[in-house]
Amino acid sequence: MTVVDRPASARPHSAAASRAHGGDAEDAPQRVLMKGNEAIAEAAVAAGCDAYFGYPITPQAELLEWMARRMPEEGRVFVQAESELAAINMALGASAAGARVLVSSSSPGISLMAEGMSYMAGSRLPVVLVNVMRGGPGLGSIGAAQGDYLQATKGHGHGDYRVPVLGPSSISEAIDLVREAFILAERYRTPVMILADGILGQAMEPVAPTFKTLAKRQPDWILDGADHREPRVLKSLHLRPEDLEAHDIELHEVYQQIAANEIRWAGERLEDADVLLVAYGTAARVARTAVERLRDEGVRAGLFRPITLWPFPAAALREAATGARVVMAVEMSAGQMVEDVRLALEGAAPVFHHGRMGGMVPSPDGVVDTMRRVLASSEEAAR
Amino acid sequence: MTAAEPVTEQEGRTIYRRPLLLSNPTSYCPGCGHGIVHRLLAEVLEEMGLGAKTILVGSVGCSVFAYDFLALDSVESPHGRAAAVATGVKRFRPDKVVFTYQGDGDLAAIGTAEIVHAAARGERFTVVFVNNGIYGMTGGQMAPTTLAGQKTTSSPRGRDVATQGYPLPVTEMLSLLPGVHYAARVSVADPGHVGKAKQALRRAFEVQLEDKGFSIVEVLSTCPVGWGLTPTEAMERLRDIVMEAYPVGTFVDRGRGIAPALPQPGAAHRSITEGF
Amino acid sequence: MELSTVIAGFGGQGILFAGKVLAQAGLLEGREVLWIPSYGPEMRGGTASCTVIIADKTIGSPIVDRADHAVVLNPPSMAKYAAVVAPGGLLVVNTTLIEAEADRDDIDVLEVPCTAVAKQAGDDKLVSVVALGALVGRRRFVEPETIHRALAVVLGDRHADMVEADMAAFDAGYEAGLEEVIA
Repeated sequence: MTVVDRPASARPHSAAASRAHGGDAEDAPQRVLMKGNEAIAEAAVAAGCDAYFGYPITPQAELLEWMARRMPEEGRVFVQAESELAAINMALGASAAGARVLVSSSSPGISLMAEGMSYMAGSRLPVVLVNVMRGGPGLGSIGAAQGDYLQATKGHGHGDYRVPVLGPSSISEAIDLVREAFILAERYRTPVMILADGILGQAMEPVAPTFKTLAKRQPDWILDGADHREPRVLKSLHLRPEDLEAHDIELHEVYQQIAANEIRWAGERLEDADVLLVAYGTAARVARTAVERLRDEGVRAGLFRPITLWPFPAAALREAATGARVVMAVEMSAGQMVEDVRLALEGAAPVFHHGRMGGMVPSPDGVVDTMRRVLASSEEAAR
Repeated sequence: MTAAEPVTEQEGRTIYRRPLLLSNPTSYCPGCGHGIVHRLLAEVLEEMGLGAKTILVGSVGCSVFAYDFLALDSVESPHGRAAAVATGVKRFRPDKVVFTYQGDGDLAAIGTAEIVHAAARGERFTVVFVNNGIYGMTGGQMAPTTLAGQKTTSSPRGRDVATQGYPLPVTEMLSLLPGVHYAARVSVADPGHVGKAKQALRRAFEVQLEDKGFSIVEVLSTCPVGWGLTPTEAMERLRDIVMEAYPVGTFVDRGRGIAPALPQPGAAHRSITEGF
Repeated sequence: MELSTVIAGFGGQGILFAGKVLAQAGLLEGREVLWIPSYGPEMRGGTASCTVIIADKTIGSPIVDRADHAVVLNPPSMAKYAAVVAPGGLLVVNTTLIEAEADRDDIDVLEVPCTAVAKQAGDDKLVSVVALGALVGRRRFVEPETIHRALAVVLGDRHADMVEADMAAFDAGYEAGLEEVIA
């Protein structure tokens, strides 16, 4: 699957056509089967991740295990921390010292990392955090879910900050987005989150065996000892309100730049769509199959798939929904991203939601059924 | 000779000089021990020639502004997490000298897991643990290290061990761990103890440079405002009461054959590969 | 073409392994593939399952609500997955352990005593490989030779000594799948 990296106003892109390998046996043996968790880990290794910190939790444990083997092989830092709290703070320290850092966890552990993310955002420290989401709230279930969307995109830790959030929907896309996440984290000196789920983490798909590398940077803010220069201080504390406001304004200028330059999304069969499904991650793949089935029934359905969940591709969605009779969000949650869909459309089209939660995943037929009911009721209302 | 002319080396000797690493006057309360500990750190690092390769990991509490007074590369930690942050810094930059500066609320309450596990892993950084038995910054509440019976704003009738538990001797506890190569408790109660405190800090950084393991110096200190005493009374209480409850001394210095006088853990710390 | 296969049975019956072999075979034939395990506590002693999708285009839903093939190796799997098979699909039933009849007349049911066949072929732990053989014997959506190659890839150097036994089990299942067609 191709990552679309273009401004929100650009023409929609059909990802479905981009990697149809059917019968193309010539280059097939070059690809290997990899588990999502392992592919994400190896993508980080290839991208020059210097340090990894984690704690075991299902369904992301293979990511930790992969790094436990690979990082020492490469002479890099791996620490299995005593908690997710410790892991994110080890990341904070390593990032301050100039390391390219990855941390990973699943929903309950991500909650524990919220504190550290806030401090890292406030201290302008880059890090890539992978959330392989499971069911919640609380201990929830270990099944795949998307119930952390609001946490990831609206808040997470305390305070006035944002974090770019990338939602891969296939393993090969996850590999691309890990590298993208490091680029964004370093370009804007910010934490970046990869929002995956248990299915993406546990599934295996074919991937190209060699992953892209990423050149090392030489930033002028890292801590390596104040040798023949002024000491540097990395901190989030600005006790005087006027100082903190100035700092927060600076942060928000960065977020505006990110929102202006880094929006990513993909679309499928949007050209003539008058029924629009909006979904990300694993739910987007369910929605893709639902789109095909709706098309088989003569419904002109299309799929809009946000890749950056923050910043949300609102303008592109608005454009894609122009002329749509119905827009429906498909999520593995009780309805979280749908709020962003409504905000983006500003009432331009009626917005519905189809969700399963707790580790249950929407089925394509479930999506089609809901859409049929939505269409029937909207036709009735039109009469 | 006018007053404006500097005294040359030939004419006199320096008997007082602010360490170069002590960059600004501190803003601590009169009689607070933090200023003494800052100065000792500045002196030790300067004498050892480590200033340009040292990274300070700050914490939350009254010493949160330590980076304003010590001219060192510094990173701030969330409350209690300094040992985890220092782990990240030191693992990525093993060639640098890394130390945390933490109070007793930070280290012995909210940061207990981080300090214990950093010590258990034998992380190669140094911990400067300033224990004044109270949460100074937030208004003098009870800390894990508050003495039995001691009145604080959150133990107004005195710490009742039946409901509020016993003081936590963190440094003794840590000294049990094989990864801890140096653990000492010192005090700033009087000039003699201040001198010993400086020696302990120096030793702790030496151990770090030897790359052998974890090192911690607990410095018993004062909080006149939080204790409701004058600076002089606070120093007297430190000497007569606090040091009685928390004996000073070197608990572990493995490089010099000083092992803990406490029960040793069994063979659990030996690698299982030894038996094969 | 997009074909989905659900393989389900007891943990320890080699369910995930058989799925990986099938996915690897799809990959070797240059197709898009997706393999998803059931994971977590249900692996330990309970029912294990995995889903394999083989397609000649980008794969959509990883959740299969209309399976083209289901391979069920124990009674709970039969109860759960017989209903998931799409009309015209194939249900492979391990009759060594499953007595119940599939209550479907709109699908193809292939009954093979997989555990018994595996034992005859040399190792009853290879029950899933036998069932995979039966599936491919009845519906040749991947080539048996590709499965042989996939077995070698998935077993790797570490378990290279097991390739022969696995191939024998697969071949025995494949024969059983063909025979049933003739019968």
